[in-house]
Amino acid sequence: MILNIETDLNRFKQIVRGKVRKELKRYMSSGELIGKQGDKLVSIPLPEVRIPRIRYGENQTGGMGQGDGEQGESAEGGDGSQAGNAEGQHLLEAEISLEELAEIMGDELELPRIEPRSATQLSSERDKYTSISITGPEALRHNRRTYRNALKRQIASGSYNPSQPLVIPRKDDRRYRSWNTKNEPTSAAVVIYMMDVSGSMGREQKEIVRLEAFWIDTWLRHNYQNLETRFIIHDAVAKEVDRDTFFRTRESGGTLISSAYKLAMKMIEDDYPADQWNVYPFHFSDGDNWSAADTKSCLDLLENDMLPRVNQFSYGQVDSEYGSGQFYGDLGERMGEDERVAISRVPNRDGIMDSIKDFLGKGR
Amino acid sequence: MSEGGFFQRRRGLSPELQDAQVQIEALARSYGLDFCETIFEVCAYDEINMIAAYGGFPTRYPHWRFGMEYLQMQRGYEYGLQKIYEMVINTQPAYAYLLDNNTMMDQKLVMAHVLGHVDFFTNNAWFTHTNRKMLDQMANHSARVRRYIDRHGVNEVESFIDKCLSIDNLIDPHRPHIRREPLRSESGVSSSTIDVDQGRFPAKQYMDKYINPPEQLAAAAQLQTDLKAQASTFPAEPQRDVLLFVLEHGQLQEWQQDVLGIIRDEAYYFAPQAQTKVLNEGWASFWHTQMMTQDLLTDAEVICYADHHAGTVAMRPGSFNPYKVGLELLRDVEERWDKGQFGSEWMACEDVAIKRDWDTGAGLGREKVFEVRKTHNDVTFIDTFLTEDFVRKVGLFTTEYDRSAGHFVIGSRDFAEVKKQLLAMLSNQGNPVLKVTDGNHGNRGELELTHTHEGPDIKLDWARESMANLAILWGRSVHLVTRIDDREVTLHHDGTDFTADGLKVPEQEESQQKVAE
Repeated sequence: MILNIETDLNRFKQIVRGKVRKELKRYMSSGELIGKQGDKLVSIPLPEVRIPRIRYGENQTGGMGQGDGEQGESAEGGDGSQAGNAEGQHLLEAEISLEELAEIMGDELELPRIEPRSATQLSSERDKYTSISITGPEALRHNRRTYRNALKRQIASGSYNPSQPLVIPRKDDRRYRSWNTKNEPTSAAVVIYMMDVSGSMGREQKEIVRLEAFWIDTWLRHNYQNLETRFIIHDAVAKEVDRDTFFRTRESGGTLISSAYKLAMKMIEDDYPADQWNVYPFHFSDGDNWSAADTKSCLDLLENDMLPRVNQFSYGQVDSEYGSGQFYGDLGERMGEDERVAISRVPNRDGIMDSIKDFLGKGR
Repeated sequence: MSEGGFFQRRRGLSPELQDAQVQIEALARSYGLDFCETIFEVCAYDEINMIAAYGGFPTRYPHWRFGMEYLQMQRGYEYGLQKIYEMVINTQPAYAYLLDNNTMMDQKLVMAHVLGHVDFFTNNAWFTHTNRKMLDQMANHSARVRRYIDRHGVNEVESFIDKCLSIDNLIDPHRPHIRREPLRSESGVSSSTIDVDQGRFPAKQYMDKYINPPEQLAAAAQLQTDLKAQASTFPAEPQRDVLLFVLEHGQLQEWQQDVLGIIRDEAYYFAPQAQTKVLNEGWASFWHTQMMTQDLLTDAEVICYADHHAGTVAMRPGSFNPYKVGLELLRDVEERWDKGQFGSEWMACEDVAIKRDWDTGAGLGREKVFEVRKTHNDVTFIDTFLTEDFVRKVGLFTTEYDRSAGHFVIGSRDFAEVKKQLLAMLSNQGNPVLKVTDGNHGNRGELELTHTHEGPDIKLDWARESMANLAILWGRSVHLVTRIDDREVTLHHDGTDFTADGLKVPEQEESQQKVAE
């Protein structure tokens, strides 16, 4: 049943989208959306939209209450609600699909659409009932075709009498619905997130990475039908973990960035053949590396092995109190000009929007 | 309309509910309730939420705020935070909606409660002038607004409606009941010139002195001059119906006038319900408790009923529940008139002991509460019947905002204070009283409103937004004379800029403004 309200509800949802668009920066730099993420939808908390009217100030009028208590005692219950003409701040939860969110982000940040890299794309097989066969289960019998065949046969054999139009199908008249297998091209991508979890990356830095990952996922999912995500944490050694562990782990100790790159490279070689996958490695760190020698081996590995295999390598440097930020400079010096490399510095939460633009603005 | 559109999907009441309706209606009539035909509909929660979002009328004009309210109610219901048990609209026949998954006990309670409301709508004096065919009227409004949307586009019409709604509390709730001076129209004033010959009868010259005595002509001329002097203040008297004034004199296109008229009609339609919230809910609760506890409850239902009723009349700390106060005060009135606790003897008696046991056996209680439901609204009801004993018995207190603590604290339990606060909250539904004092301010056709300051100051950031909308409706600058922090100030808005005599106005939170995509 369609309720009359649908139109008004949709109109309101448009207003919600307008709001998200307008305040995208705020939503991007706060974690509000991520906690409320479902499979296809995110809940967006926003204050009730109110029609302004000339009215009294909330704290001017006072209110009424009933019950026990002495003068001067608090008159509020647990929820701090108040009577009379004062309305509390109502929070609304409106939903918006990830698809829409990605579109809004794409529009606002002017992100180009991504051209999938691999020419021969991954294809998937799908069965569709589009043809007819002469055998099959009775449940799939195609009555119209069956009777048409019977009629044809009867006319051809002269046993059809138009004044008494009786059509009786025989076994060989029967036709059944049948399927064809179709290959449909799909585009697939994998995002490999790498993060430095050494002592110098604090809680806030990880939160920033988490937010970045949410928006990167949202955008790439909008561009590719299949999106896989893999997570690698590293200090002096690297290991693969699941999403939760990725954002929660805090280790102490040194940092060898090359360990992560080696592991990522192994992953790519083992699981993601270049002709079928678009590969996006993202590396987040505070820019500290153990030694200049390791940095050099990182850059060599990047240049010689990884870059030819991936769409784009992205490095995000999250500023922290302890990090030196050296790696950013080293990387930029050697490969800053390379089309396949995106590097960005995120000084704080407000920088998230710009860095997303740095990462995804190349359309690769 | 009542047979078409939405109601075509009407589901018949189950036989059980039909029986209950017959039984409860007969019972209500036996108690003296007098109500028009009432049609009960059973609705699923999403339907009842939709109807509630539309203020009871499934035929409202399209507007986003209905969608927003619906979404809020849906969430509230889905999260188990709120549930609308019943809704009834003031039409003839009256329509009431029952939630389909309520228990039988709930349905009986709701029916009894609803009949109380319908009796109130039918008999209370403040509802005499409401349109009982409002369902049709709303459908007409909707058709007209849709037509304008087709012609002018949804954005233009919608943003115009937003502006109208922004001033829809600036009406004169008593207007339907009083015939006020008709407005002198602007054009009427300018075209009337003083005509010395006015009132002169045709006469031959020699008879002229007798047929048209000079002193009478002079008096007529004087009257003209006076009228003109009076008319130079425009409007002649301050006018509270700001909406009407803008409608008649603002620079609006024809369709805009019509839309503003629609918003105004609906504001007036809903005004009596806001004026009688306490009394109306009190009255309906008075009867549902009476009928449920005396006649309708089965033994098995008592606990559920008590739980439900306690929820209805609960006063959470710091909040005001019209159900509770209305019900208790009506019961108090009934008891006092039953025992004869009124009149000069009662008032003169100062002995607490005698007063406590005062019972003349007058037995006038029932008669009195029926009289109250016929003639009173919330303000007169509280003003007439709230007593010191009642305030003490129920434990009412005022609350006030403690700036240092940052929350509301108990202000006073003093009778005079409580009564004053209650009346202030209920007068004009808690809205500031604004009047049009000058429709030609500075001889530039600007609009001047004056706020009758009665204690609390108006909220500046809201006033700014509202005045911006009003300036656009009016077509020229708008001025609002008010008092802020004990100082007389005039707020100005010319449609783009706002000034407030040097006062600092907090920015309205941007997040609360509407930005359509």
